[in-house]
Amino acid sequence: MLVEHALLLSALLFVIGSLGVVVRRNAIIVFLCIELQLNAVNLAFTAISRHVGIEGQVFVFFVMTVAAAEAAVGLAVIISIFRHYGTVGVDKFNLLKW
Amino acid sequence: MTWILFILFSVVATGGAVGVVTGRNPVASLLFMVATLASVAGIYVLLEAHFLAAVQVIVYAGAIMVLFLFVIMLLNLGHDYQADVKYGLWFLLAFVVAGLTAGALTMGFSDAEATGFGDVAAGEAIDAAVLEKGAVGAIADPLFTDYVVAFELTGLLLLVAVVAAVALAKPRNRRGTDAG
Repeated sequence: MLVEHALLLSALLFVIGSLGVVVRRNAIIVFLCIELQLNAVNLAFTAISRHVGIEGQVFVFFVMTVAAAEAAVGLAVIISIFRHYGTVGVDKFNLLKW
Repeated sequence: MTWILFILFSVVATGGAVGVVTGRNPVASLLFMVATLASVAGIYVLLEAHFLAAVQVIVYAGAIMVLFLFVIMLLNLGHDYQADVKYGLWFLLAFVVAGLTAGALTMGFSDAEATGFGDVAAGEAIDAAVLEKGAVGAIADPLFTDYVVAFELTGLLLLVAVVAAVALAKPRNRRGTDAG
């Protein structure tokens, strides 16, 4: 029973995270919301590992590593963008927009 | 007892997630995020994934969130209180998409419940492995046998990420051309 409720919680966290990605303008908060989504997926993996086997937890380990790498590169990009535009509002970066 | 803890952790996790999305100050959002990560670690403990709970607290709540905090402080965004929510069409669209996602995920998960996905004995097998090899050994065993290639590639990925982060965040040189 705990597994099913953990899955529902992970769905809820994922939806809140995706809402934040679309609604907010601050690039750092958009990034935090992406981390929230990754975390929701991790929770789903861990919950399902109770029914499928230890592989679920191994995948969580990989997701965490990729999240760390993604945070390092993403924050470097944000710093570089801030240096160029003087802001982190995502609607100000329109160089690739037509 | 498990249920009381589960409800407590779920409420804190959901409230923290809402706080991340609605928080006006980036630092406040970040602290809400730490609360969410800590409660998810608590739920990992309830799901008998003790090693992941420890890694969640050390790596996520410890290292990655501190990295975010460094960037917020470095860019001096800590007292940035302006409202930055996109209203209008985007806002509506976001809620429609979120509702559809929630419906799809809930339907998928309750479908899985109805069909009794997987094998309930798998959980007991994990508990037995933890008793035999310890919380770290139970994960390390498949990690260093079946998934060793993926593990090595992850190490390579981290190296590439470190080099890329340094190259991107390095200040421009005096002539104004891109550094690196």
